[in-house]
Amino acid sequence: MTLTESLIAGGTPGATGFDVEQVRKDFPILARTVHDDLPLVYLDSAATSQKPLAVLDAERAYYELHNANVHRGIHVLAEEATGLYEATRDKVAAFIGATDRREVVFTKNSTEALNLVAYAMSNAETTGGEAERFRLGPGDEIVVTEMEHHSNLVPWQMLARRTGATLRWIGLTDDGRLNLDNLDAVITDRAKVVSMVHQSNILGTVNPVARIVARAREVGALTVLDGSQSVPHMPIDVAELGVDFLAFTGHKMCAPTGVGVLWGRYELLEVMPPFLGGGEMIEIVTMEGSTYAAPPHRFEAGTPMISQVVGLGAAVDYLTALGMPAIAAHEHAVTAYALDALATVPGTRIIGPPTGTDRGGAISFVLHDDAGRAIHPHDVGQLLDERGIAVRVGHHCARPVCLRFGVPATTRASFHLYTTTGEVDALVEGLHGVRRFFSR
Amino acid sequence: MKLDSMYQEIILDHYRNPLHRGLRDPFDAEVHHVNPTCGDEVTLRVKVSDGVVEDVSYESEGCSISQASASVMSDLVIGKKVDEALELEREFLALMQSRGTAEGNEDVLEDAVAFAGVSKYPARVKCALLSWMAWKDATAKAVDPAAAAAPTPGLAAPSLTPAAGAGAGPALDVPEQEKP
Ligand SMILES: Cc1ncc(COP(=O)(O)O)c(C=O)c1O
Repeated sequence: MTLTESLIAGGTPGATGFDVEQVRKDFPILARTVHDDLPLVYLDSAATSQKPLAVLDAERAYYELHNANVHRGIHVLAEEATGLYEATRDKVAAFIGATDRREVVFTKNSTEALNLVAYAMSNAETTGGEAERFRLGPGDEIVVTEMEHHSNLVPWQMLARRTGATLRWIGLTDDGRLNLDNLDAVITDRAKVVSMVHQSNILGTVNPVARIVARAREVGALTVLDGSQSVPHMPIDVAELGVDFLAFTGHKMCAPTGVGVLWGRYELLEVMPPFLGGGEMIEIVTMEGSTYAAPPHRFEAGTPMISQVVGLGAAVDYLTALGMPAIAAHEHAVTAYALDALATVPGTRIIGPPTGTDRGGAISFVLHDDAGRAIHPHDVGQLLDERGIAVRVGHHCARPVCLRFGVPATTRASFHLYTTTGEVDALVEGLHGVRRFFSR
Repeated sequence: MKLDSMYQEIILDHYRNPLHRGLRDPFDAEVHHVNPTCGDEVTLRVKVSDGVVEDVSYESEGCSISQASASVMSDLVIGKKVDEALELEREFLALMQSRGTAEGNEDVLEDAVAFAGVSKYPARVKCALLSWMAWKDATAKAVDPAAAAAPTPGLAAPSLTPAAGAGAGPALDVPEQEKP
């Protein structure tokens, strides 16, 4: 039996020792029932992941034993709290292959991390010459892709408006991949920044980062990677990726909501203007003006989300102990299984890559009834919920993707380290039920 | 199945065979409403003459609940005095906000009472209300054209019109208002 087969066979520990049934025991919520006595089938991890006990315990212990504000005060609790907060910075740096802990900035979520860069770029206009690389104006271009989450599209649209720069984008192929045919025509020497998603939350596509980064480098553009859906699911090494910035969000990687990360190359962070001003981000303040702290603190104004950062540290420990390669292998196996299983449901149109190659465990589809009429995802989701199956329906904060594929919305099943093939079977059975209901 | 309270046969009938569908002339006002969380959209036209709703026509995209609701709503209000129709709208809104506690007055709401079960599902109430809200908005504009110039509360943010020729789109710094 290959590793993949053994995982499909129900998660018997393979060569990596990854045992999905054992993993599930770490997540109390997965044991609950819904609608009286149905087991919960949670297939909405791309929206947010569930949390293991270790994370819940860490947050609780923080409040029970160590709670204080960080970076201020010299009492025991303040020092413990600061120590825990800063320890997560080390853990996160190690988790993504960053060699310098000062490159890890805590934010509220991915959305704030991406906005931080976009606002820093327009603030560069009123900053000294050292921020030159971040300046842009009319004639300059910002490049994104057509598969961005709104969080990596709207901030750049807003930046274009503030500065007069032009927004351009890399289009999509019919099977949900980036169309790189005219890459050199989209990323030209007018491009100042290229921001793209690593793994699409709606299509599941994993993008060829190296190819795009190479082109962006050629023209001297900054590169930003939205790792919201990749950091939680695969080993990440920022040095290997070659990007300048990486944004991700804790709540999709088993951590609490309210904490995210912006990683950036230190030499860039060092000259990047701040976004939010306030306490903790300053050096010297007078009534006339202020100078700013060095990174990362320059970008962490105000009291941060301390307990959530502590929770993120516990989540990183948890994922690291299981091993990201093993988690990725498990999810890959479940995804391949699901793509095959969905192909057996008549009238299913997958929106996104049809095979498991370079794609992650978020599968969007549109279901049709016997007469070939599309069953609206809202109706699909409602009937699945009746069986205890949680999926997401709608445009998944990526409306341009729905427009591109000519669908108003999709149903999306998404997986994580705790997803089983049995849950995929329940989904498939549920979809047959939905078709029966609407084909009456 | 518990869901049968939501997916009443009447609702499924209207969904399969919607009444008054398609955009018609003449009309006094046209609106476009969307439900941004799920992508349901409706373009709806109203013709009012002498204080009477003469025609309601629409093109919509969405789930069975929103589609059926547009059909039921248009069939109910066409031919009614505007005041009576607005009263129906208030009555339907109250039913939808009842969280499953009201049955609805069948003499007044006719087929629309079938939506009573939907009120138990907060996420779906918006679907049932979408076309009613669009109708109310269009009617206000038809009756008082001055109101047509004012921004519409509840209307979603303007969507960006996708540029032709993926990959080399023009600047998006002047997004077009979503065309009604
Ligand atoms: C690809 C992608 N980018 C950005 C985000 C935004 O994450 P958050 O809402 O945590 O800021 C998400 C999650 O919804 C996402 O999937």
